Amino acid sequence: MVTTSTPIKAESRDLNFYYNGGHKALKGITMPLYEKKITALIGPSGCGKSTFLRCFNRMHDLYPGNRYDGQIIMHPDNTNVLANGVDPIEVRMRISMVFQKPNPFPKSIYENVAYGLRVRGENNKRVVDDKVEEALKGAALWDEVKNRLHDLAFNLSGGQQQRLCIARALATDPEIMLFDEPTSALDPIATANIEELMSELRNKLTILVVTHNMQQAARVSDYTAYMYLGELIEYGDTRSEEHTSELQSQDVIPRPTRKETEDYITGKFG
Amino acid sequence: MSNQASVLDNLEEVRAMIRRHKFNDYVFSIIGLIALMIGLLTLLTLFVDLVMDGYPRFTFEFLSEYPSRRAAHAGLLSAWIGSLLVMIVTFLSAVPMGVAAGLYLEEYAPKNWFSDLIEINVTNLAGVPSIVYGLLALGLFVYILDLGQSILTAGLTLGLLILPVVIVATREAVRGIPVAIREAAYAVGATKWQVVLHHVLHYSFGGILTGVIIGMARALGETAPLITIGALTFIAFLPPSPITDTPPFLNFEWLSSGFTVMPIQMFNWLSRPDHAFHMNAAATGALIIVVTLLMNGTAIWLRYRIRKNIKW
Repeated sequence: MVTTSTPIKAESRDLNFYYNGGHKALKGITMPLYEKKITALIGPSGCGKSTFLRCFNRMHDLYPGNRYDGQIIMHPDNTNVLANGVDPIEVRMRISMVFQKPNPFPKSIYENVAYGLRVRGENNKRVVDDKVEEALKGAALWDEVKNRLHDLAFNLSGGQQQRLCIARALATDPEIMLFDEPTSALDPIATANIEELMSELRNKLTILVVTHNMQQAARVSDYTAYMYLGELIEYGDTRSEEHTSELQSQDVIPRPTRKETEDYITGKFG
Repeated sequence: MSNQASVLDNLEEVRAMIRRHKFNDYVFSIIGLIALMIGLLTLLTLFVDLVMDGYPRFTFEFLSEYPSRRAAHAGLLSAWIGSLLVMIVTFLSAVPMGVAAGLYLEEYAPKNWFSDLIEINVTNLAGVPSIVYGLLALGLFVYILDLGQSILTAGLTLGLLILPVVIVATREAVRGIPVAIREAAYAVGATKWQVVLHHVLHYSFGGILTGVIIGMARALGETAPLITIGALTFIAFLPPSPITDTPPFLNFEWLSSGFTVMPIQMFNWLSRPDHAFHMNAAATGALIIVVTLLMNGTAIWLRYRIRKNIKW
């Protein structure tokens, strides 16, 4: 089903995750992320898709008592990002993230985008200027903000703020970008903008996106994974057999082989 | 038809019930207003009384004269300078330590029973009577560390007194920063210290400042611990000036100088039988209240100014 010619950028191998207190939120997830492709994670609330996403940039390390068991290997260097010897900060410099609700810093538009560079010690104004412009262009926000780069980020609309957050994540040239339900707080027009942007970003980097919206998964993703109760139920090529499906919702996983998946994507539960 | 009539009867009952319930609203708003007024009016009366008693003393000379045996010539000079210098030491000792401690507890310390214990103790420390701090300071600063009955001792004592206030204010200000903002910073690869320096400290600045100013206002009016460590009550000299006209332009002799502060001067005047001195005491009291109100007002204004650009 999956073409073997596409290189793998990262893969989780038998990944288990335990929250503080011992709750096992992920159960033996093994799944690839193909390079410069968009992989969507779908599934009902509480199924562990956000938990899985946040393993990739070690966000769980911020809170005490969480425990990973298993591997997430990044290619081509074969680094296991979950290994004890790998600093989460190094991981986050390679894998950036866009959150569910736009969360710009209460700083200027410019400083928001520049922050990742500042953290890396880049203080050369020309370099930062260029990077900020490039990232804002990459996030399709440049034309709207180029005359007010030093305005407060909070003065932007919700959709613009989310694109600003994408620019912030883009400015440091990440290899993988994680999107945690990036459009759930946005209106349909802003959502369409973000989805279009994601499709363009695919030319540069590998994307993993959590979404509640089946149509969104169908529209933007190349591969789709369906999770339920912490397990990966099904994984497949989103568009491989598009021509055979009648309903759009069935585009997600065109011929769900498991009944759970079929029930979910056809709206019988979720 | 009879059905409709019963609805109408019922409507009357419902209206009566709403009126009854609303009466309770009315009663409580009256009780609340009375409670508020008792507190506010008492304070206002006190303040007006002080102002009326001390009114003849509201002159420039009152601030530029040393204390004197003659009430009409007695002034606050040594007391307000003493208060100012003590406040400087208090600020410099309590704020860096309190903010650092608060940041550590909130951002760095592992959360377990031990940090809970520390948290409870810090909160309790804020409620320890100030005289206890005076005794502690007498033992520690005056006798063990041999700092003398000096401005330095007084400043450190009051610093210790407001340290818990600063710690608690810092923690609360830091806790107000949304998780989403922290995660955003961590997600681009910031270290803990970068998050603290670029974000946490920056966004909690208004709240910390408010806590610091309120703590300082409290320290300004403290009398008991300073009497315990041996503040003088009658000084007709000033400590050596902290700023000199020859390099290095700074002089630290003032730290070891004897001192008095405004509330102690006030207490001294009040304890004299001559009524004329009571006028001085009233004027000092009014001045302390005004300065305290100004400090608290500044805190509110600063917080408003700083928070204006930060919305979560």
